[in-house]
Amino acid sequence: MTDSAAHPHDPADLERQKAQEARLAIPWQAPKGWRYWSAVNNTEVGQWYTTVAFVFFLFAGVLALLIRTQLAVPENDFLSAGTYNQIFTLHGSVMMFLFGVPIFEAFSILILPQLLGARDLPFPRLSAYGFWCFVIGGVFVCGSIFFGVAPEGGWFMYPPLTTAYQEGIGADIWLLGLSFIEIASIAAAVELIVGVLKTRPPGMRINLIPLYAWYILVVAGMILFAFPPLIAGDLLFELERAFDWPFFDHTRGGDPLLWQHLFWIFGHPEVYIIFLPAVALVAMIVPTAAQRPIVGYGWIVLAAVGTGFISFGLWVHHMFTTGMPGISLAFFSAASEAVAIPTGVQIFCFLATALAGRFTKSTPMLFVSGALAIFVLGGLTGVMVAVAPFDFQAHDTYFIVAHLHYVLIGGMLFPVTAGIYYFFPLRNGKQLSDKLGKIGFWLMFIGFNVAFLPMHFTGLLGMPRRVYTYPADMGFDVLNMVSTVGAFVFAAGVLVVLFDVVRPKGKQADSPRNPWRAGTLEWLAQMPPRNWGVRSIPIIKSRYPLWDQPNLMADVDAGRYYLADAEEGKRETLITSTIDSRPIQCLRVPGPTWITLWAAVFTGGAFILPTYKLYTAALVSAAIAGVVILAWLWTGTAQIPEKPEKDVGLGLKLPLYASGPKSVGWWAMFITMIGDMSAFASLVFGYFFFWTVHEDFPPDPLPGPGLTWPLLAAGLAIGSWALTLLARHLNRRDAAVGFYLSLGLAPVLTVGAAAALFAGPHLSGLDPTTHVYPATVWVLVLWTLIHFGIALIMQLYCIARRAAGRMTAVHDIDMQNVGLFWHFMLITVLVTVAVIAGFPRVA
Amino acid sequence: MKPTVLAPRSGLLLATAILLAGCDGPQSALAPAGDGAERIANLFWWMLGGSAVIWTLVLGLAAYVTRFSRGKHSLVASRWLILGGGVVFPTVVLSALLIYGLMLIPALRTPEDVGMRVEVSGEQWWWRVHYPSPDGGGPIELANEVRLPLGERVAFDLLSPDVIHSFWVPSLAGKVDMIPGRTTELIVQPTQLGTFRGACAEYCGTAHALMNFQVVVMEPAAFERWLAHQAEPAQPPRSEIAQRGLESFLANGCGACHAIRGTEADGRLGPDLTHVGSRLGLGADVLPNTTEAFVRWIGHTDRIKPDVRMPAYGMLPDDELAALATYLSELE
Repeated sequence: MTDSAAHPHDPADLERQKAQEARLAIPWQAPKGWRYWSAVNNTEVGQWYTTVAFVFFLFAGVLALLIRTQLAVPENDFLSAGTYNQIFTLHGSVMMFLFGVPIFEAFSILILPQLLGARDLPFPRLSAYGFWCFVIGGVFVCGSIFFGVAPEGGWFMYPPLTTAYQEGIGADIWLLGLSFIEIASIAAAVELIVGVLKTRPPGMRINLIPLYAWYILVVAGMILFAFPPLIAGDLLFELERAFDWPFFDHTRGGDPLLWQHLFWIFGHPEVYIIFLPAVALVAMIVPTAAQRPIVGYGWIVLAAVGTGFISFGLWVHHMFTTGMPGISLAFFSAASEAVAIPTGVQIFCFLATALAGRFTKSTPMLFVSGALAIFVLGGLTGVMVAVAPFDFQAHDTYFIVAHLHYVLIGGMLFPVTAGIYYFFPLRNGKQLSDKLGKIGFWLMFIGFNVAFLPMHFTGLLGMPRRVYTYPADMGFDVLNMVSTVGAFVFAAGVLVVLFDVVRPKGKQADSPRNPWRAGTLEWLAQMPPRNWGVRSIPIIKSRYPLWDQPNLMADVDAGRYYLADAEEGKRETLITSTIDSRPIQCLRVPGPTWITLWAAVFTGGAFILPTYKLYTAALVSAAIAGVVILAWLWTGTAQIPEKPEKDVGLGLKLPLYASGPKSVGWWAMFITMIGDMSAFASLVFGYFFFWTVHEDFPPDPLPGPGLTWPLLAAGLAIGSWALTLLARHLNRRDAAVGFYLSLGLAPVLTVGAAAALFAGPHLSGLDPTTHVYPATVWVLVLWTLIHFGIALIMQLYCIARRAAGRMTAVHDIDMQNVGLFWHFMLITVLVTVAVIAGFPRVA
Repeated sequence: MKPTVLAPRSGLLLATAILLAGCDGPQSALAPAGDGAERIANLFWWMLGGSAVIWTLVLGLAAYVTRFSRGKHSLVASRWLILGGGVVFPTVVLSALLIYGLMLIPALRTPEDVGMRVEVSGEQWWWRVHYPSPDGGGPIELANEVRLPLGERVAFDLLSPDVIHSFWVPSLAGKVDMIPGRTTELIVQPTQLGTFRGACAEYCGTAHALMNFQVVVMEPAAFERWLAHQAEPAQPPRSEIAQRGLESFLANGCGACHAIRGTEADGRLGPDLTHVGSRLGLGADVLPNTTEAFVRWIGHTDRIKPDVRMPAYGMLPDDELAALATYLSELE
């Protein structure tokens, strides 16, 4: 503590605190009027993001009611077959892509800085960009139903139905619209990982971080490995639809099962990406309800990590009926059963916490109890369908519909609603109504079970999924009518909760601070909360600092910790070391801007225009997006501060600029490139998948791309990589001439490498539309060429930065990050060359 | 004594009877009539019982720890709870279940002792069926109906020329997908006589819901007679009106898509109609097999089955439609 702690009620000290608080408020205030929408602070963006995700949820919920209305009676003609198919496709896609995953990211953007006692996330503009991408893409995908052109291939979009047997632009809307959103999801994942690793408060070692943050780390990590395979799949898919590259067309060597693999390598982890954050909410609520620390913190972390790992090893259970060998069935059955164990561990940790604590009832806990009852049943039916023989019957029937809704609604919607009731005071200082919460809960709980419990039997009586109608004499009639009634009761419950959230609360008294007597940092918030997050960033010594660190709230409020002031009028937050959370930097985070909105608009254009075959316009839009993003980077990132370091309080001086592994940008680049690598690995997987299914892949004699050109490309790429690293070194030594020489030559080699890589398949006449072999070679080349383009821009950008005086020997974030990118670039090139030129010679 | 013991027991029997009656249905996996379906239904009942017990235990435990325990228990007890409930118990139960479940796979999938191979191709939105010829000649093409001899192990070779379908007769066995470019296999061994319904289980486009078929399990001798009959060419028209129907069939180009063995009609795009009158349903079991249904189907295919490839022939005069329908329904 500083010496002011000795005189807490000294009037001069109080005066000083007031002045600090006023200064701190200025940079953090949200813009006013229409400029409000240029805000980037996590409190604003997080709230918009959460709200929009819920709007999409309500939209998809209405679609669900239409589905249930159509199925209420046999041979109904309320909806036509085509409309019904669009509706169920959109219901699943919207719930998964526009609600299930984004709601976690949205809510985490809102809450993570609070949980960590930080002022904001490290890249506020990235969150804002992701949010605007999400809105644009989501509205585009949802809007299609009003024009009758929505996708109608199911949320899984199996080819060849969707590649060759459906006319119209529905499939393109799905592919391009959702790819766009997936990129936003990955951006948010990068943001959240860096947030957890680098913006924790001093003292919050890795074993003290709140469980919610652990889950964020696990789930965001899963997004990095799960979404890229789908993006790679989307790329193959769109290349087939738009340019007739036959990846999934069996008449030209393609295979529809490749899509199923890529889709479910994404699709199964996605279930856990949706489920784990909800467990994370429960992990925050249960200790509060039990008024004691969680029992089995280590168990939970281990179980969450374990669930994440195992979830990548069981995608094939979605393909048990594709006629695979018995050994595969056995392996993936076992893996699917195994995932129940870490899930069970998490549930038993909560039960154990309740057992060891003194439990108090609350509306959030009511929803958690409902979640438990529903989810455990969903988990048990999950164990059933994981046994391959039973899945032979249950697969693609209403049994699965019942199972997945028990898992997702019990494992996600009920915990999220619990989270809404629990965390709502952090929004504007008001509590939700216990009475409405109880009514909403019982309507939702009863309605849900009435709707979905009978579906288990509907499925076993033989009703397949995705049927728009059924005949009268099959024994489905009563069950379906009951399900429909239940669905409407459930919807009524959701409406009650919705009303509770949106009803005006102006006259209602503010909630007391820390209304649930919780132990974690987010409850430091004043009521109503302030934009800056915490008044000062505390030193943490416990997992439940509000319980274990006496006087913490008063000391934080009095500004007795770090960054209590904003002398320079800038938004600042602390960056700490990854493992032991020592303060290492005072990070200046950017404020409001429109540039992220424009970047999102033009990025959206690049994805949306190809739907209408407007390829030129799309390229122009992509180019503008590129320029806008460059302008954003140029003006908003890696800015050289006016002084090298500042006093952050408690006598600690921290640098205002850090580069290399100490900087958040370096981490973001590293994490992004992990995601990039997993997309690339998925394309390589495609190549080897065809090798395993075809006798003659690669074909003999080999039509291309030869050895010479690819090897030349690899050589030139190595040269460009070496020169980039040399330039990084010379920049550090402030050897300007050498820097310009090496980084001036490097782009020439980059262009040469790209040209040589293109020349291989081009000069050997490989036509990607003739057979899947040239198509797979070309797609690897295309991927690498796009990366060469980005790598080239990066090299030129660094030259320009130094020339403009925005990069110096000390202030070299740009050069460090580009060097890091080039490591991954080189891996991409070498693997591509090894696969397309080397592998055919070994095979 | 006796009545008091009997009463709950008969109550239980009654409840079981009601439950089992509720499981009945032409497409029910819980009313098995085939070896595979029986094994899977047994597996299901065991899992259902186990799940009910586990669900009750977990929820009972949750009620106990949140309502009644009130801090009576030590941390040590809580830790044992995690280890016992979260790790040991599920590991034991899941291992046992896995062993039971996986041991079923060989019986469900081994193609040993297969007496007959039938090829079925799923097409948007109907089923093309090939039986081996009883006299060793080329395969016999049928459509939208499968008949099987009681007790014989039959292997289905499953194909698709267009999109992915899935062949599923819940009462007989689990489903297997039909994937373009691959041939998949399903083994079926019927254990009961009767008529069962099959459906496409993989979403295959607009009329996915209307892609069904009937499976008839027959005494082996009756099956042999049926197959021999199906191998024969179509019977010639027996009445003047049927003769007009045949002429109309040929004149309107129906033979470009449909084959009727014994006539000039040899189209291969749509279902073979040689013995269409002998089938239990029309349009992949969308309509009953009656003359009136034939009229409706031919006149309004697009309204009965959205996006179907066959054009509607509603422009034909009513008497011509009636003649066509008569001819076709007499093709037994």
